[in-house]
Amino acid sequence: MELTRRDAAAALAAIGATGGVALGVRRTTGGADSGAGGPDPSSDGAALSDEAVREAMTAVARVVYPEAVSGVDAFVGGFLDGRLDGSAHAAGVRAAAAEVESAARSWYDSPVTDLSPAERDGLLRELGADVADENPDGTTAERVRFFVVNELLLALYASPTGGELVGIENPQGYAGGAESYRRGPP
Amino acid sequence: MSGAESVGNERSDGGDAGRDVNRTPVPDADVCVVGAGPAGALVADRLAADHEVVVLDAGPRFDPADRLARQERAIRPFYGRPDVWGGGGARDAYENAGDRSYPLNHARVKGVGGSTLHWQGMVMRLHEDDFNSGTARGVGPDWPIDYADLRPYYAESERELGVAGASDNPYAPPREEPHPMPAFEPSYSDSLFAEACEELGIDMHSVPNARNSEPYDDRSPCVGYGTCQPVCPSGAKYDATVHVERAEEQGATVIDRAPVERLEHDSDDRVTGAVYATPDGERHRQAADAFVVAAGGVETPRLLLLSASDRYPDGLANGSGHVGEFFMDHLFAGAGGTLDEPTRQNHVGFYTSACDQFYDEADETQAPFKLEFFNYAGPSPVEMALTGDDWGDSLLERLRDGYGTHVAMGGLVEQAPDADSRITLADDRTDDRGNPVPRIEWTVGDRALDTIERANEVQVAILEELGADVEWVAGPDATGPAYHHMGTTRMSDDPERGVVDADCRTHDLDNCWIASSSVFPTSGAMNPTLTIAALALRVADDVDARLSETN
Ligand SMILES: Cc1cc2nc3c(=O)[nH]c(=O)nc-3n(C[C@H](O)[C@H](O)[C@H](O)COP(=O)(O)OP(=O)(O)OC[C@H]3O[C@@H](n4cnc5c(N)ncnc54)[C@H](O)[C@@H]3O)c2cc1C
Ligand code: SF4
Repeated sequence: MELTRRDAAAALAAIGATGGVALGVRRTTGGADSGAGGPDPSSDGAALSDEAVREAMTAVARVVYPEAVSGVDAFVGGFLDGRLDGSAHAAGVRAAAAEVESAARSWYDSPVTDLSPAERDGLLRELGADVADENPDGTTAERVRFFVVNELLLALYASPTGGELVGIENPQGYAGGAESYRRGPP
Repeated sequence: MSGAESVGNERSDGGDAGRDVNRTPVPDADVCVVGAGPAGALVADRLAADHEVVVLDAGPRFDPADRLARQERAIRPFYGRPDVWGGGGARDAYENAGDRSYPLNHARVKGVGGSTLHWQGMVMRLHEDDFNSGTARGVGPDWPIDYADLRPYYAESERELGVAGASDNPYAPPREEPHPMPAFEPSYSDSLFAEACEELGIDMHSVPNARNSEPYDDRSPCVGYGTCQPVCPSGAKYDATVHVERAEEQGATVIDRAPVERLEHDSDDRVTGAVYATPDGERHRQAADAFVVAAGGVETPRLLLLSASDRYPDGLANGSGHVGEFFMDHLFAGAGGTLDEPTRQNHVGFYTSACDQFYDEADETQAPFKLEFFNYAGPSPVEMALTGDDWGDSLLERLRDGYGTHVAMGGLVEQAPDADSRITLADDRTDDRGNPVPRIEWTVGDRALDTIERANEVQVAILEELGADVEWVAGPDATGPAYHHMGTTRMSDDPERGVVDADCRTHDLDNCWIASSSVFPTSGAMNPTLTIAALALRVADDVDARLSETN
C-alpha cells in the first residue's frame, strides 16, 4: 500500500506540528517531579543535520514498517518536515537519531543508511529498542524507542493508509470524519 | 509546537507562557466563584452581564494550541491519564482509607474547564423517581426538589452545552422540545447489537451527547479524532472553556492557578472572603457579596473542612455534621468479547446507543442501572503498535489479530448514600501548600453490587445472542468508579440533615451557594453533568435574585 504525502499530512494533523516553525522551547525547565526534560543532544554522538536525521529515520522506518507499504521516503520526509520544529520534542528526535547513527558507526563501521535491512534490525535490537518501554527521559534504549521507533510507528498507524493496513481507515488520532463508524465492512 | 513532552507540566512549571497575568483580587466584586469547571463557568456566564464576577481556579489555563500534543499523550504508552492534563503530584495528593481504592486523579482535571476537558460528554437527565428515591424505591432521602423544578433548567442546559439527541427513548423522562442538535446516527456495531436485542425483547435507543453532530455555537462538528476521552482536539465535544470565555467576554475575571485555601466569615454568618494562593508564593483575599463554591465533589467538602473556624469548628457550613459524608460514584458494569466478523470499533470515541429499559425497575434491592453499547471495544491499533517487542511484518500481523472483531457493553449502576463513605481531611499528609489532603473512604453496598450482577446478566445474554465469545465481565469484584463525585454536601430542607437547602444555598451561611454534584442526596445512574449544569443555572438565578434584593 502506497504511503503518500497526504498520509504524512494526516499523521501530522493527528499528532501535531506547526509546520517547521521554530518556536523555541516554551516550557521552562520543570520542577523536580516534572519528568519532562528533553535529552541533551550533546550527550551522545555528534549532532546531525536535519537531512541526516531524515535519512537515518527513513532507514529505520524501512525496518519498522511492514513490507506492504511503499512511498516511505516521501512519507517520513513529509512527517519530519512538520515534526522537526523548535520544540523539545524535535530536539529529542534529533538526539536519538544521532545515537542510532553513532551506534551504527561504532558497531558496524557504517552509517545506518548503508546497513542492510537485517543489520538495521539487528542494530535496533542491540540498542535494546525492541524490549524497551518508551521514555523521553530514559536510557538510550528507551529514548530510541520513544523518539525513533515509536515516533515512526505513531506516524504510520495514525495515518489513513497505516490504519487501512489493519482494517481501520479512520484510526485514533486521525480526523477521518464522523461517518466511517457507521459504515459496515467493505 | 509538536510532541507529547513539549507541553510541559503545568502543575509544576512556572510558566505563564509569556502572558502578563494579574492575579490580584478584583475590587468591588459582587460574586466570587470557586472553580472553573462547568458548574462554576455556567454560574459565572449567567451572572457576568449584570454583576462583577470573579472566578478562582486552582489549576492552569491550558493553551488550546497544545491539544494535539495532549492527544499524543493520550495515545503514547509513556503517559498515564493524569499526565494528559498535568494532574497528580504534590498539588493533587490524596489518601485512600476505605475498603476500595479510589483513583482520584484519573477522575478529575484541575484547570480552566475543569473535568470536562477530560470527560466523555454523555449527558442524560435524571429520571423522575431519582428525585424521590426514598418514597419511590425506599432508598435514601427524597430530594427537596422534583424533576419538574429542574425541567426548564435541563432544557436550557442542553442548549448551553450543545446536546445532540433524539426523542426515541421511551424510558427517558418527559421533555417538551427536541434536543438542540440531531442525535448521532447509530454505529455499525449498534446494528449488530440491534438484531440480538430484538430477539431478546430489549430496546435500544439513541443517547444524548454533549458533542456537535453539526456546527453549533461557532464550534466544529465532530470530525472523528476518536480520542474524546481524554481530549477532543476539534472542540466538537463541549468543555467548560466555552462558558469561561463567554463569561470573560461579558466582563468576568478568571484567575487561574489560584487555589482557594479557606473561606472566611463574619459574625453575621456571611462569607466575607476567599483566601487564595498564587504561583509567586503570595496569598490574596478576594472579598465579594456572594460566594459560589463549585470545586467539584471532593474539593468542595475539603474546602469547607479546611475553613473551620471558632464558630464552625467542624468545618464551614457544617452545622449538620454531614460535610464530606455520603460520597457516591456510579459503578461500572461491563462485558465484552469477540465475534467472527468485523465490528468496526475505535473510529470515534463515544457511543451512540443505550438501553434505559431496566432503569425504573429499581426498588430497595435493585438499584437503577443503564446499559451502553460501545463503539470503542478492544484495543486501538495505534496504541497497540507502540508497545510490544516486534515491528515490521510481525507487528502488523499482531495488530491485525488484535483489532477488528471486538464488541463490548458498559453500564452504570447507582450507589446508595452511606454516611461511612466519605471525604475527610488526612491527619498528617499535606499538599504542596501545606494543607491537609483529602482522605477518601469509599464504600459500596450490597444493593449496588447485586445490581452490577444483574446488569452483567443482561449484558452477557445480549453478547451471547450476538454470537460473541465472551472474554471478560466487569462484575462486582472488578467494578470501578465512573468518575462522578456526588453526595458530599447533600441537599435537604432540614438543616440537621443536609448542608444546603433546596436552592443549593448553605443552611449555615446566607451568602454561600454550592454548585456541584456534591449536593445530590441520591445519585441515580445517569451521568451527572447535565444535572450539575441545570442546578448551576438555577443557583445563578437565585444568586441574582438575592443580590437584586439586597441592592
Ligand atoms: C474521564 C471522565 C469521564 C467523564 N465522563 C462524563 C460523562 O460522560 N458524562 C458526565 O455527565 N460526566 C462525566 N464526567 C464527570 C464530569 O467531568 C464532572 O461531573 C464535571 O466536570 C463536574 O463539574 P464541576 O464543575 O462540578 O467540577 P470540575 O469539572 O471537576 O471542576 C472543578 C474545578 O474546581 C477547581 N478547584 C478545585 N478546588 C479548588 C480550590 N480550592 N480553589 C479553586 N479552584 C478549585 C478545579 O481546578 C477544577 O477546575 C467524567 C469525568 C471524567 C474524569
Ligand atoms: S470523535 Fe471525539 S475527539 Fe474526535 S472530534 Fe469527535 S468529539 Fe472530538
